[in-house]
Amino acid sequence: MKKLDSKIPEGPLAQKWKNYKDHQNLVNPANKRKIDIIVVGTGLAGASAAASLGELGFNVKVFCIQDSPRRAHSIAAQGGINAAKNYPNDGDSVYRLFYDTIKGGDYRSREANVYRLAEVSNNIIDQCVAQGVPFAREYGGLLTNRSFGGALVSRTFYARGQTGQQLLLGAYGALSKEIKRGHVVMYTRREMMDLVMINGRARGIITRNLVTGELERHAAHAVLLASGGYGNVYFLSTNAMNSNGSAAWKAYKRGAFFANPSFVQIHPTCIPVHGDYQSKLTLMSESLRNDGRIWVPKKKEDAEKIRKGELKPTQIPEEDRDYYLERRYPAFGNLVPRDVASRAAKERCDAGYGVGPTGLAVYLDFADAIKRLGRDVIEARYGNLFQMYEKITDDNPYETPMMIYPAIHYTMGGLWVDYELMSTIPGLFVAGEANFSDHGANRLGASALMQGLSDGYFVLPYTMQNYLADQITVPRFKTNLPEFDEVEKDVKEHIAKLKAVNGKEPVDYFHRKLGRIMWDKVGMARNEKGLKEAIEEIRELRKDFWKNVKVPGDVNGLNVELEKALRVADFLELGELMAIDALHRNESCGGHFREEYQTPEGEAKRDDEHYMYVAAWEFKGDDKEPELHKEPLKYENIEVKQRNYKTA
Amino acid sequence: MDLKLKIWRQNGPDDKGKFVDYEIKNISTDASFLEMLDILNNELIEKGEEPVAFDHDCREGICGMCSLYINGHPHGPDAATTTCQLHMRRFKDGDTIVVEPWRAKPFPIVKDLIVDRSAFDEIIQAGGYISVNTGGVPDANTIPINKGKADLAMDAAACIGCGACVAACKNASAMLFVSAKVSQFALLPQGRIEAKERVKKMVAKMDELGFGNCTNTYACEAECPKEISVTNIARMNREFFAAKVSS
Ligand SMILES: Cc1cc2nc3c(=O)[nH]c(=O)nc-3n(C[C@H](O)[C@H](O)[C@H](O)COP(=O)(O)OP(=O)(O)OC[C@H]3O[C@@H](n4cnc5c(N)ncnc54)[C@H](O)[C@@H]3O)c2cc1C
Ligand code: FES
Repeated sequence: MKKLDSKIPEGPLAQKWKNYKDHQNLVNPANKRKIDIIVVGTGLAGASAAASLGELGFNVKVFCIQDSPRRAHSIAAQGGINAAKNYPNDGDSVYRLFYDTIKGGDYRSREANVYRLAEVSNNIIDQCVAQGVPFAREYGGLLTNRSFGGALVSRTFYARGQTGQQLLLGAYGALSKEIKRGHVVMYTRREMMDLVMINGRARGIITRNLVTGELERHAAHAVLLASGGYGNVYFLSTNAMNSNGSAAWKAYKRGAFFANPSFVQIHPTCIPVHGDYQSKLTLMSESLRNDGRIWVPKKKEDAEKIRKGELKPTQIPEEDRDYYLERRYPAFGNLVPRDVASRAAKERCDAGYGVGPTGLAVYLDFADAIKRLGRDVIEARYGNLFQMYEKITDDNPYETPMMIYPAIHYTMGGLWVDYELMSTIPGLFVAGEANFSDHGANRLGASALMQGLSDGYFVLPYTMQNYLADQITVPRFKTNLPEFDEVEKDVKEHIAKLKAVNGKEPVDYFHRKLGRIMWDKVGMARNEKGLKEAIEEIRELRKDFWKNVKVPGDVNGLNVELEKALRVADFLELGELMAIDALHRNESCGGHFREEYQTPEGEAKRDDEHYMYVAAWEFKGDDKEPELHKEPLKYENIEVKQRNYKTA
Repeated sequence: MDLKLKIWRQNGPDDKGKFVDYEIKNISTDASFLEMLDILNNELIEKGEEPVAFDHDCREGICGMCSLYINGHPHGPDAATTTCQLHMRRFKDGDTIVVEPWRAKPFPIVKDLIVDRSAFDEIIQAGGYISVNTGGVPDANTIPINKGKADLAMDAAACIGCGACVAACKNASAMLFVSAKVSQFALLPQGRIEAKERVKKMVAKMDELGFGNCTNTYACEAECPKEISVTNIARMNREFFAAKVSS
């Protein structure tokens, strides 16, 4: 049995990263030229890593699905990026950011990784400003901040409602610079289909050229996956349509452990579902909770009338409104962490107080803020979000409260990595949302961008070098090795098998069904019975898929349905692992809420004695149960407590 | 509502391509334009036909992946709206909707409604960045920046690189796209250092790739889903001439 070694460096928490860097192995400049690195993904994690590794002098090959690296899903992030700069002088520090992240994650993440993240957070902001990222500023010319959930300080830097776009364009600029210099070669419209291993190490990938349909072989000394999260397993999510879990899943099937697959984040402020043709859900940034107040009617009759369209929210007098977050969590109010806010919304709707035609919505109201600050200020802060909301719903949020409901947004789970961000496969590194590393059972807002850029700019350039230092004598690999032949053959057969099914139903039919099972039974609230059913239902659906799916067109050419079918085939396996993981964890923590385990007030009830570990699953074969490995979590610098957002 | 669609179908770059008529029924006015196409595609698949290929990803108007020339307008009839944010309530029952790909020489058609926009990446690679490496940079608040200028830089930086400006322009000019990037950096102290070189290199690349000249028609601004202003073009021209004169 493989043992999990998290490779946490010695020394006091605040010294660990420094100690690591002081003693790690380096590759001299002349040798860097002889070393090849593959990077899968050009989101914040992939683009920043590829650019930084290219700058150091390595030969980097980068791959992405979209027609340009600038279109990775990171582009859609709205609200902001955290850093412990303490520019507002409101008491922030590296330790406080570290503390908030561990607490926000409900004590299910690794202290050393999170501390490092908080430490380098400040460098990220410096780097981005140097790249020309136009962060919001004060009249005096200095950078400004806003607040996000789970924090009592203002530490979020932002560029209007387009922070992800601006950060990604910064990283894309750095990447473009290295492409121009010839240190990075970019492959767009390419999808990694599988991982190639030689003598137990990751040494290459097979890609499919999405335009010609050709399978291509790429070899390297090390492979970095920065392929994003798998939220689209739920069909409806805030993720981009091409976001998928396949690269990570293929790595899992080649031996990389998958950690905490059931830890997903359900974002409280999304536009509610409105029709069965719907293709995706739209996030309304968490930053709105700075000024918006969340409420439902106090009286069930009012809620009913609203649902029938007989009453408008603006007609409900103040005393008949239930600002339930402010009521339940006086210290944090509307700015409680996402898992808490999502569950509270579900609780009110399930109890019959939901609004909107389906009853699955709550109000996010700006009337008070507009009265206090004026419409101009609100428009300057959130104008583009209000506009987006109006485009989708045809409602004007300046005049009537927004309607919101929780939706799948982010996956905390992902491939298991050690302190160096290396998976259990030597030479396979994983960064960004694709790894499990820093957010425990719940991610705080504005921390994913921070993590992606921390991994790419400031962690991997060191840790990958440490791994590569003893690889300098390993010559470049040829792609005609039998290891490449074999994996390519597997991929070819897999595609042929999919095409040969030639059933009746389009891929979306299965994807929607899977999404329904996942949302109902492996979603915001889970229980033993439902999870067991989910596992059975997913298995049945998988069988049905392989009997009845229809992939039209030629597989040797641009074929969008084939791309979707390949990804959904993997989701149909990953969904089962998520349910297995959720079932095994007999506790509630963060976003993982098991109905059997709650406090009398309905808060998540952890079981630290039995579950204070990372669950890392090992693939054992297609029809075999995966094997569970545990990485115990130790908290030496933080007192482990029940999360409390009622008092400060 | 029920609609008639006239959609450009083209099997590959070398195929001649043609309009094909489709009818689609019972579309909700709340559906987005791309959801309408999803419905059409699933119907085609069920009938054993090949679905229409189109580019899209975020469906939130930010990634710039969606394109489509709808009823004679890039991204359709609504101002400041990408195709993915266009909703069917904009159309009427019984309407005929014509859907074409971007048409511009530097954006060759890949298949159906998908075009190749890698020319934009090449222009950025020519110099659309600030040449700093990771690490060793000063504290973010070392250089205060006038808020007005920072806001203008952000206005320019909001470009999503979709190519609607090129598709809208009778000359297939990329001036709006290029000037937005040039402006963003020209407005920031960090970007001034390489400003002259940047504008020269980007403009040269743009010309080399076959984008046309700007003849001040400003269809680009009118059709830009992010309302990027043509004042950026004026700024770029100033930067360009200043760079030429001093070199
Ligand atoms: C709507 C929305 C708003 C958000 N807002 C915020 C926010 O305000 N603050 C915050 O901190 N976080 C936010 N997040 C979360 C954050 O944006 C993401 O977690 C983060 O951007 C992920 O970055 P990444 O680099 O890991 O992956 P991604 O940006 O998802 O990039 C994945 C890359 O991998 C490529 N890829 C995937 N599979 C393959 C394959 N098989 N072969 C080749 N290439 C592949 C893709 O093409 C892409 O380039 C938001 C998320 C959403 C959905
Ligand atoms: S799909 Fe991203 S902008 Fe339209």
